[in-house]
Amino acid sequence: MPHPTTRTLAWLAVASSLVACKEDVPQAWAAPASASQPLPIEVRQPLKLTSIETHERDSLGRPVRIACTTCHSLKTTAPMPTSPADLDEFHQGLTFRHGSLACASCHVAEPESGPLLHLADGQRLPTSQALRLCAQCHGPQYRDFEKGAHGGLEGSWDDGAVRTKNHCVDCHDSHAPAIPKVIPAAPPRARDSAEGTPDHG
Amino acid sequence: MDKLKRRSLKVLGASLGAGAFAVAMEPLRAFTAGLTLDQFLRSHFRELDPEELKDLLSRLEQEASEKIGRPVTMRADPPIEGVQFGYALNLSVCVGCRKCAEACHIENNHDRATNNSYIRVLEMDQGSLDLERGNADYDHPVPQPGKYYLPIQCQQCENPPCVKVCPVEATWKEPDGIVVVDYDWCIGCRYCEAACPYHARRFNWTAPVVPPAEVNTDQGYLSNRIRPQGVMEKCTFCLHRTRRGEMPACLEACPTGARVFGDLADENSPIRWVLANKRVFVLKEELGTRPRFFYFFDK
Repeated sequence: MPHPTTRTLAWLAVASSLVACKEDVPQAWAAPASASQPLPIEVRQPLKLTSIETHERDSLGRPVRIACTTCHSLKTTAPMPTSPADLDEFHQGLTFRHGSLACASCHVAEPESGPLLHLADGQRLPTSQALRLCAQCHGPQYRDFEKGAHGGLEGSWDDGAVRTKNHCVDCHDSHAPAIPKVIPAAPPRARDSAEGTPDHG
Repeated sequence: MDKLKRRSLKVLGASLGAGAFAVAMEPLRAFTAGLTLDQFLRSHFRELDPEELKDLLSRLEQEASEKIGRPVTMRADPPIEGVQFGYALNLSVCVGCRKCAEACHIENNHDRATNNSYIRVLEMDQGSLDLERGNADYDHPVPQPGKYYLPIQCQQCENPPCVKVCPVEATWKEPDGIVVVDYDWCIGCRYCEAACPYHARRFNWTAPVVPPAEVNTDQGYLSNRIRPQGVMEKCTFCLHRTRRGEMPACLEACPTGARVFGDLADENSPIRWVLANKRVFVLKEELGTRPRFFYFFDK
């Protein structure tokens, strides 16, 4: 019968080797312990919802942004025009290709009195809640967006982990929402490309 | 005299025999250069015990790190129990920008010269699903009028023809649905490439060449480690990322949000919502491969 201390030591050795062994075996990933309840998906709040880029640059070369309310809380604007072409001060040259909407379809004519946007029923809406404004016309897209099937989902596929998704204006310019044409990334130069290589046409 | 003659003949015969044996074995020695006997006689990946797996990974990690002069992590994350990976792609939203193929190229340490990627984007005529007529080499602003864009990668079939034809069991379907290749077990016969109806498998005519500074050092044994010459490779839904909860690289790169990835076994997942509410279809359904990659149009 071994001495008790020896036996304890032996057990410790076995236990520590077991622990070490466990560390070596790759463990399957598991969502954080708090994950019994799905975490809500955070929707981005892009800067352009509440501010506009200027031509000025800061010391780090980033464009200086000015909050919409810098002007729109102080200055009384002229009656709301129907299109950017009618503007003679600020926002001239704004590209507008969004159906037959007019500025006042979404914007409030007297913004100094509160939020800058309004819903179709006249209810005032801060720009940070622009999602609701888009949703009133684009129902199917909003439904898909709510279900995670439109707009992309980042972070994790698991609902117990932190996930974010794009705001409408992350991808769409609200004044010209169609995704513009882009130059694609380079095609493959592999030998299995459809046209074949010069040697194996 | 006879005795002496016989003995010298014996010696001559023996040395000739030994010499011939050495010459005959020479190609094998060249073939196994840089390979220890243990590596040569290694067990199949799925039969490795934890100790052997650990040794294998640390050896590969060391080799990969030495090659690029930067630390590489080599992992072999096991499938997550109860998770079944699936992918869906909204063709109404895809603009054909190839950002997914580009992200795959970088994430999976593909050969720079061939601009290889596990994703091939086909420019298709609207109304047609004839893959033979799709153009993978378009190089003009997208989307073009009258066209739609069909990205194709491994469909992770439930009934994968590529797995059936492998003569050495170097490729198999994992419990989470991902079809994988053990690059160290593959003999490069390319039967699987011929068997795949989606052209999803690629052969490494050369070992991929990636500048050391550009190598993705987060590597998986069954996924994006740099493949040797002469073996097959394929999309693994980025299992080195997805098996620790992350999204595949192609999804994160998509600028239009056309891609939906998730757990088919989780009834609250976005991909299950897509399958239940969109008119999804799979490519070449008539072949009975039962893909786990679904396509849909919004209208």
